[in-house]
Amino acid sequence: MNVFRFMLQNRGQVLELTFEHLRLVGFSTLFAMLMGIPLGIAIAHRPRFNKPVLATANIIQTIPSLALFGFLLPVPWLGERSDRLAILALTLYALLPIIRNTYTGIRGVDPAVVEAGRGMGLTESQLLFQVELPLAVSVILSGVRVAVVISVGLATIAAAIGAGGLGEFIFRGLAMVDDRVILAGAIPAAVLALAADFGVGWLERRLQPR
Amino acid sequence: MERARSSPAIEFRDVSYRVASTQVLSEFNLQVQCGETLVLLGRSGSGKTTSLKLVNRLLSPTSGEIRVKGVSNAEGDVIRLRRSIGYVIQDVGLFPHFTVERNIGLVPKIEGWPDDRIRARVQELLQTVGLAVDTASRYPHQLSGGQRQRVGVARALAADPEMLLMDEPFGALDPLTRDELQREFLFLQQRLHKTVVFVTHDLREALRLGTRIALMEAGRLVTVLSPVEFLRSTDALAAAYVRAFGEGLESAANRGTS
Repeated sequence: MNVFRFMLQNRGQVLELTFEHLRLVGFSTLFAMLMGIPLGIAIAHRPRFNKPVLATANIIQTIPSLALFGFLLPVPWLGERSDRLAILALTLYALLPIIRNTYTGIRGVDPAVVEAGRGMGLTESQLLFQVELPLAVSVILSGVRVAVVISVGLATIAAAIGAGGLGEFIFRGLAMVDDRVILAGAIPAAVLALAADFGVGWLERRLQPR
Repeated sequence: MERARSSPAIEFRDVSYRVASTQVLSEFNLQVQCGETLVLLGRSGSGKTTSLKLVNRLLSPTSGEIRVKGVSNAEGDVIRLRRSIGYVIQDVGLFPHFTVERNIGLVPKIEGWPDDRIRARVQELLQTVGLAVDTASRYPHQLSGGQRQRVGVARALAADPEMLLMDEPFGALDPLTRDELQREFLFLQQRLHKTVVFVTHDLREALRLGTRIALMEAGRLVTVLSPVEFLRSTDALAAAYVRAFGEGLESAANRGTS
């Protein structure tokens, strides 16, 4: 097939763009986890804040991605390097599923278990790390899984602002009206999404409490 | 036996507790003596569970104080306080991701006991509550309701607390298992002499297990009576309870020795 011949001929670039893509997705998911998991825990423990936090994350989610990239472009430090900007935008999009699933996971822990733990004299951090997080981990990871799959798709649009990644092929192919070039970006992106889905899903099942 | 040699194990002094506009507990005064099983009896919403949670500071009183071994429980470290008081609840609340052994051994572990001492303690406790030693490696979902609550009791006893707070621990069990666990509780109490505060709405259970029964209604303490006194009480509420539970209570109250 033409597409695969094209990919093979340009394997150096395919590989390079795949790594760029992975870098965008990897960093943004990492940052989103670092922000989203603590935020999810916080709103699970202080239900007062859950509405405003989830609403904010929801609103971010509704901003069209191309528009968000555009909005962030004039921001001083960010605008200088388009990959910074892309990572920030992807991080913002990944927040909602991670915050929401962390919140749901922690709230889903049997209240009797938490009460018994507290009554036995566990400190709040012992309760969090030994009871709540282990019991919520598979729900949290399924949020991460959704976030990663969304990010892999969205990251293709980052090429529009010059951040690289597999979107380069897609945009180039669109400009050249050449399906082979489009697919050379789209196929690896789809494979990445499936692999991430499978990988995190596997981890999720492994860590599932009995 | 009823000599007041030292300060009571637990003492409620003019304790009130309110949430928003609801007065859950009003000017509650009660003393629990060392080694006795004091039963808090009352219908749901009478403030029994609230009283219990005030003792280990899962809740804090709006006014008044609770003294544990003569010292206000608002002073000092709440974590230390809770680890010195065993806590058993109706829903058991075993950690589903821990084996029975880890469930029972959790407090000893975070208290820094060496592993072999924890293992020995777990084995000892399993026998104490009438479970086979090979239960240790199983997970809560593999146990029956009765076995789970036995583990719950073993876990509460793990660090050898002087006091136990038990919130309807046998309430969710079938009558036969409940009967079995009540019998074993009495047997255990003869050996261990813990100070126990036991919440129930079941008069039969109260008569059988309690050395004294504190009758509560709408956040107030109505009266404190021994099981035998309770049956003869002319108090309207106590009499209503006795009527509601019908016949056969005399035999439950005359549980022989002790």
